[in-house]
Amino acid sequence: MLKSFRVRVIVILAALGLSIGYYVAKDLKLGLDLQGGMHLVLEIDDPAGTMTPEVKEGLVEQAVYVLRTRIDAFGVEEPLIQKSGADRIIVELAGLDDEERAKDIINQQAFLEWKLVLSTVDFNQSLERLDRAIVAAIGVDSLRAIGAVTQAAADPTGLEDLLFSSPADSAEADSLTADEPEDDPGAVEGGAPADSAVAEPEADFRPFTGLLLRSNQTSYGRDPGTYKVDAAQVETARSYMALPEFQRAMPRGVSLQWGWDSIPEFGRFYQELYILEEDAFLTGEQLVDATATRDQQEFNQPIVLFQLNRRGGRVFENVTTENQYDRIAIVLDGEVVSAPTVESRIGSRGQITMGDADFNEAADLALVLRAGALPAQLRIMEERRVGPSLGQDSIDRGQIAGLVGVVLVLAIMVAYYRIAGLLAVLALAIYLTLVIGGLSILDATLTLPGIAGLILSIGMAVDANVLIFERIREELERRRAPRTAVDEGFRNAISAIVDANITTLITGLILFQFGTQSVKGFAVTLCIGIVASFFTALYVTRTLFLMYLAGKRGSDPISI
Amino acid sequence: MWLFHDAKYAFIAMRRKAYVVSAAALALGIGAMMFNIFTIGRWQQYGVDFDGGVLVQVSFSQPLDDSDLRAALGGASAPPITRFGGDNEFVIRAPLEEERDIDEVAGDVEVQLAASFGESSFEVVRQESVGPKIGRELEQRAALAILFSLALTLIYIAIRFEVRFGLAAVIATAHDMLIVLGLLALFRVEIALPTVAAILTILGYSLNDTIVVFDRIRENLNAKGGRREDPYRLVNRSINETLPRTVLTSGTTLAVLFSLLALGGAVIRDFTIVLILGVMIGTYSSIFIASPALLEIQKRFGTGDARKKQQGRRVAAAV
Repeated sequence: MLKSFRVRVIVILAALGLSIGYYVAKDLKLGLDLQGGMHLVLEIDDPAGTMTPEVKEGLVEQAVYVLRTRIDAFGVEEPLIQKSGADRIIVELAGLDDEERAKDIINQQAFLEWKLVLSTVDFNQSLERLDRAIVAAIGVDSLRAIGAVTQAAADPTGLEDLLFSSPADSAEADSLTADEPEDDPGAVEGGAPADSAVAEPEADFRPFTGLLLRSNQTSYGRDPGTYKVDAAQVETARSYMALPEFQRAMPRGVSLQWGWDSIPEFGRFYQELYILEEDAFLTGEQLVDATATRDQQEFNQPIVLFQLNRRGGRVFENVTTENQYDRIAIVLDGEVVSAPTVESRIGSRGQITMGDADFNEAADLALVLRAGALPAQLRIMEERRVGPSLGQDSIDRGQIAGLVGVVLVLAIMVAYYRIAGLLAVLALAIYLTLVIGGLSILDATLTLPGIAGLILSIGMAVDANVLIFERIREELERRRAPRTAVDEGFRNAISAIVDANITTLITGLILFQFGTQSVKGFAVTLCIGIVASFFTALYVTRTLFLMYLAGKRGSDPISI
Repeated sequence: MWLFHDAKYAFIAMRRKAYVVSAAALALGIGAMMFNIFTIGRWQQYGVDFDGGVLVQVSFSQPLDDSDLRAALGGASAPPITRFGGDNEFVIRAPLEEERDIDEVAGDVEVQLAASFGESSFEVVRQESVGPKIGRELEQRAALAILFSLALTLIYIAIRFEVRFGLAAVIATAHDMLIVLGLLALFRVEIALPTVAAILTILGYSLNDTIVVFDRIRENLNAKGGRREDPYRLVNRSINETLPRTVLTSGTTLAVLFSLLALGGAVIRDFTIVLILGVMIGTYSSIFIASPALLEIQKRFGTGDARKKQQGRRVAAAV
């Protein structure tokens, strides 16, 4: 009896020590809802639906690796990046200053390519074919209905045209973008081009060419390799380019790609459309390092310096030797970041100029380039953000409410069961320590639903004590001696406690299995709480009772 | 103090009245679900977690009128706006737009607010954007979780007690969940993830309560002469014997929940209300539904397998 008593005390103290030790050493991780942060669910984008589950799974694993490298470099404390299901990734970042920036870093595929810029003069010959393809695909009537540009704006040559034809275009462009031209036939009424289009013969209909403004760089005597499109017209141009008929009409081996920034010129914005060789001669896979810096010669403009591996360096050297005074486009995720002209032979080192981007953008680009490209584009399926103020408010309120609730329970227990109630209070204090320790040991995260689960499991722990005490009272009523009554009370209560706890545990485990992130937080505290309540009710309370009875003679009454 | 000690209430005799009450509550709830299907197209008012969509919670530095906010977000075409807590916090729910990334929609709301009120006059304290695909999966997962836990519980109780105990417990639990779901439908409480957690907690709590009563019935049945006693009397006696515990446990649990409701803030309010309802209904059902159900099953199908008679009692006494 005495020996087993000592063992009991040692076991309890050891469990307590372990819990407190873990809690102090590891601290309790707080969920995003409590400390603020961002939760993202990303999915491998598969618009065509052609990827097999195995392919997706492989891509997800690579993507997780790339994301981890990027986020580590970005410097977020304890990020969570994990695979979820077959084709999803969960990213959780706490305590961020700039969430948009973090999101860009995560979501950027960072697939870098170098492509040769082709001749505008050559491509001009294909324009008519492309226009015909669009007319064939959409139909003249629909094009008229959306107020498509006709011959009127076509064939502008150089600077002159920018100056003279733009104001008329721009007025029209504004009214178009304001009214969602595709759906709204009303937009036609005010548009002059639509009226004139009626008079135009079908063959002169130039929907695509009409959007293009030749770049004024021809004045330097070089072929620019680009067109400019009014920023307001870019969407229309994109929709034409997406047509399968358009793509079939494109010359072989040539692709059209947009510049990533709009360029201001004479108070209006333009987007550059590059004519590129379809196949890249070099990709980011050959890149070994990238750093952001400022260009001393160009007004401290931010730039990214990159270094290629030996093979990449050789390719680069060959291409720049053969194509001197041509332009090379640096394409990031399908958009042309810059297209420098080759002035001299370049080896394994080069730079990407970033236009008027700020230094952070350059630093982020260098970061994602170093970490490598994502194997596929990721799509945001779910995004949750909690500001730190809401988190703090929730904690404060939750703590107060929880504390008041616990005090209420303890008061009821002591008022109802006297000294036995005090023992229960002590047991509950031990119980709470064990649960918090258990959360630390399992590295679980405490979330708002988690706190609710915790409070609920306190209810379960109280219930176990109540079940035991009621049984002891019943035994005392049958005139059993106090010691026997306590023993019998525990013995009789066990079956109810076991069955009740196990069924709740079943629910908790299923919640954990099927639940999403936040429900899991609830399930974890519930399950830990049930296990702890089991141990406290049957072991700790029992021991406390033994201690209480040890100071009494066999026939002394007990306070319950 | 020993409340409800030696109580001798005729619970079982009141069972027919309880059936009427439960039937009325169920009919009301199911009626509300039907009504919702016809009016809002869904049996419950789903939040963004399930239907997909964007939720932006903003806190303004100064109190603001609903109408001003509505005007800033497009007047008549503005998304639904509700107040949250005080007079300077609002929840804006914007629907998803096809062909657009879900995070763009939330960005739009912020841009509109900044245009009308200035960028420094408000803070986005919470933002949730959920794609429609995720929501559908969630619904399936929740339904699966409930069915699985009911099935597993049924099996567990059938092994530990008898099959009829398991059936009765599942009937009582399903009854509780249906009534709570009916009330949620009636008041159009928004179903979000925490609400699902709350419903599953009710499932656990209701079972817990039922099992304590069933444990006493099992014990009385297995006691000397238990099998010869009139089952109605035995069940009624068991309910009365566990009454002090039922009252005390429900009381303490409700004490915690009410303090959460009063002090816990708006974030967990709905969650707490669902739990309070669940605890009350769960307590009611373990007395008036689960135990009578046990008797009704016995009356129609007999007592089931008699070999299981002794199994329950000898539990892990070694603990």
